[in-house]
Amino acid sequence: MRPLDVLRFAWVSLRGYPGRTLLMTTAMAIGVAAVVIFTALGEGARRYVVDQFASLGTNLLIVFPGRSETAGAGPGMFLGQTPRDLTLDDALALTRSRAVLRVAPLAVGSALISFGGRSREAPVIGTTAEWQVIRNMQMAQGSFLPGGDPHAPSPVCVIGATVRDELFGAAPALGQFVRIGDRRFRVIGVLATQGQHMGFNTDEMVIVPVASAQALYNINTLLRILAEARSREELDAAKRDMTRIIQDRHQGELDVTVVTQDAVLATFDRVLTALTLAVGGIAAVSLGVAGILIMNVMLIAVSQRTREIGLLKAVGAAPGQIRLLFFAEAVLLSSIGAAAGVVLGLAGNAMIVRVYPILPATAPAWAVVAAVATAVTTGIVFSIMPARRAARLDPVSALSGR
Amino acid sequence: MIGLEQIGRVFQVGGQPVHALREVTLAVGSGEYVSLMGPSGSGKSTLLNIVGLLDRASSGIYRLDGKDVTALSDEEQARVRREKIGFVFQFFHLVPRLSAAENIELPMALAGISAGERRARALELLKAYGLGDRADHRPDQLSGGQRQRVAIARATVMRPGILLADEPTGNLDRASGKDVVQILESLHESGVTLLLVTHDPELGRRAHRRLRMVDGAIAEDRKEDEP
Repeated sequence: MRPLDVLRFAWVSLRGYPGRTLLMTTAMAIGVAAVVIFTALGEGARRYVVDQFASLGTNLLIVFPGRSETAGAGPGMFLGQTPRDLTLDDALALTRSRAVLRVAPLAVGSALISFGGRSREAPVIGTTAEWQVIRNMQMAQGSFLPGGDPHAPSPVCVIGATVRDELFGAAPALGQFVRIGDRRFRVIGVLATQGQHMGFNTDEMVIVPVASAQALYNINTLLRILAEARSREELDAAKRDMTRIIQDRHQGELDVTVVTQDAVLATFDRVLTALTLAVGGIAAVSLGVAGILIMNVMLIAVSQRTREIGLLKAVGAAPGQIRLLFFAEAVLLSSIGAAAGVVLGLAGNAMIVRVYPILPATAPAWAVVAAVATAVTTGIVFSIMPARRAARLDPVSALSGR
Repeated sequence: MIGLEQIGRVFQVGGQPVHALREVTLAVGSGEYVSLMGPSGSGKSTLLNIVGLLDRASSGIYRLDGKDVTALSDEEQARVRREKIGFVFQFFHLVPRLSAAENIELPMALAGISAGERRARALELLKAYGLGDRADHRPDQLSGGQRQRVAIARATVMRPGILLADEPTGNLDRASGKDVVQILESLHESGVTLLLVTHDPELGRRAHRRLRMVDGAIAEDRKEDEP
């Protein structure tokens, strides 16, 4: 029998029982769609986190003061903390490493910023010109902090888009003096709107030179140091160098933590990929259920069509051909269901993207392929028994409907 | 052509062996027109099924065209059925989802004949049997007589040497029964060996050789010279 004839016969059989065909394809479609949508959600969450990290800049290293240690292990270690803070000179010293391209110190506080009659509490970031490059910030107006000696305070500031809107409304902000805490700063730039970044909304921030921030808060410490490695390959070298430089400067004591963005990112990536797989796997269970349904329906089909099977045998169908016909029917059924499921799943996916535009939910190609493959495979596996039963029917009793 | 030697067929009914056929020995030559008559349960249908390779004998040897077909595998028997034997049933057994032409094409599709040739041969037969305008009708849109003619077309489309008919007119009114008998007899005249199981004495008498079966054995075997 020609393959095309087998398919045609199977197709006509499916069309002959539209009710059961519709139900079966629906069951299969729901299974496939569930896999597609769930993995899309998982993948969306993963990509959301990855994008957030990527927007922080690439090849990024972060130096935190302090190091988690167990307290009470020896003399002088009562608190599990180290007394030394990060200083501006620590940050500048890091540039001695050949692997480090640029460094931005970060002193963070909060202050009241006011202009005219309006005032607003805003996070104030003290940093240098390098920060703009490392964090990949775009300017809406004016320019970012000027270069020059980081030790020298300078009464200039850059404000976020929200701050500009709140304080100035439609009036021009550039060149105006604002009051931050008890000092006056001239606005030299406005950041372009960037939205949320790992919980930090840059639209609401005010950025001043690091020395000015330290003067404002009367501190000489830094919250952390951001550094950019020369290339991805030199990340490890940069991390080693930076640890060593700070250690040298802190009398040989290793009291800082250097993390690469990659390491953090990789962890999130792994966790969320595992989550996607787990959720997809749970959805795949429904495909197994659909497979058992297919078997059930095919078994019913065999008993419904006993006379027809007897007839096929009488007109010369070999057992192998009968097996093939039922087999083709099940495969066709699950393929149509899988195709409908992909369409349904992608439609659901599009709807999720429409409702939650922030989530880059896209079903990964491997999930779609795996869902379809699982659907068709279950269809095949679970049709083996019904097909064999049909092929084994005794033609004489089959013809009489027994 | 058909050679049965001491064919026996035993069914197990409720643990009791029932002898449907007892040591039946029968030779049917090529081109014969044979009727099989007898009371219900006398084994005539069983005999027809064994000749048609739908059923296997419990004992004995069946030779078809000189070849022992008793021991063939299921696949090989299917092939013999496809090429050498045509079946006509009392209840037509048309596939309800397929049109008249598609029903006739079925054995050819199983044999792997191309769609174009299948269609041409099916239409040719439909025309010959007076159903030229019914090719795309489904069985439920045909009368009983038309259905049986489609079934005969399906049975003969592979040009088998043997045509086996089990009560072919049993489910038809007199007029359409007559049409069907006419077609069967014209097929016989063209050289097909015709084996007919019937309850209808009038139809049975038309055959040139008449077998009467009682209790699984051939009780009477009467040949009649051609009139």
